[in-house]
Amino acid sequence: MTHGTANVMRPPFPAERGVGVYDMKLGMWVFLGSEVMFFTALIGTYIILRFGVTDPWAAPAAVLNVPLTAFNTFLLICSSVSMVKAFAAIADGNQKKLQFWLLMTILGGAMFVGVQIYEYAKLLGHGFTPAGLREGSELAELAAADPLKYGLATAGLYGSTFFTMTGFHGFHVTCGVICMTWVYLKARGGGYTQQDYRGVEVVGLYWHFVDLVWIILFTIVYLI
Amino acid sequence: METAHKHPNYVLIWVYLAILTAVEVAVAFMSHLPKLWLMLALIFLAVWKALLVALYFMHLKFEPRKLAILAAVPLPLAVILVLAVMSEKIF
Repeated sequence: MTHGTANVMRPPFPAERGVGVYDMKLGMWVFLGSEVMFFTALIGTYIILRFGVTDPWAAPAAVLNVPLTAFNTFLLICSSVSMVKAFAAIADGNQKKLQFWLLMTILGGAMFVGVQIYEYAKLLGHGFTPAGLREGSELAELAAADPLKYGLATAGLYGSTFFTMTGFHGFHVTCGVICMTWVYLKARGGGYTQQDYRGVEVVGLYWHFVDLVWIILFTIVYLI
Repeated sequence: METAHKHPNYVLIWVYLAILTAVEVAVAFMSHLPKLWLMLALIFLAVWKALLVALYFMHLKFEPRKLAILAAVPLPLAVILVLAVMSEKIF
């Protein structure tokens, strides 16, 4: 029995070369693959609900602050370029620039989350909540006067899907900022060299993925 | 000792992304366009931006082909997931 188990567990011989990247990077890409499916489930649910219901859906610009979020999108794009500049800096062996660009990335990410919290506070104040339009709110009164424009009948679906999608994305950005802070502190201690900067590259992959997801979310949730 | 590597022009990619975002917002407010064309244009612009991030910032353009395939595998699955559940509406 033991002998048979040992045979099953034996690695293939000769050993395969793999995909030609180090384990941490491969692990991150596999994780990002699972993240694609996670966000597909959220975005797919939104698409199905939005285009599946017969009642009118609110025009995003009637409820959401599109210019503010366009600015936030620009912020995230800026933080993505600062991240890749940090990667380029350590690839060239420049410790000072690595620290500077990592700090810029953390600031960009933190500002994105800050703007999102401000946006949530404004939306909740106007009456747009995860459960739909709050009774007696400014938005509920507008919706009562123009139910088509404000999607009165589908406001509950809109609220729940909007806050779930953007909330989970914001959670990812927050996790990214925390991880980036750890990488920054390690960089300050000289933890990365021109010979080994795997941590910077791997956290960068996560960060760019979060940016990429937002590019899709911004279009689908705020513009269409 | 510092050794400079050849890197893609990241700032140029950033400029492209900023311009495409501005174009997206402008297109979204063109209310005279038919809804379907508006949606297709916005999705096209979003995919373009996503590709720029994946190819240049995530370096997929420069990675081994096997890794690029691994990264692309979930994409058809994502499309299948949405279309399969939408089939009731489509057919």
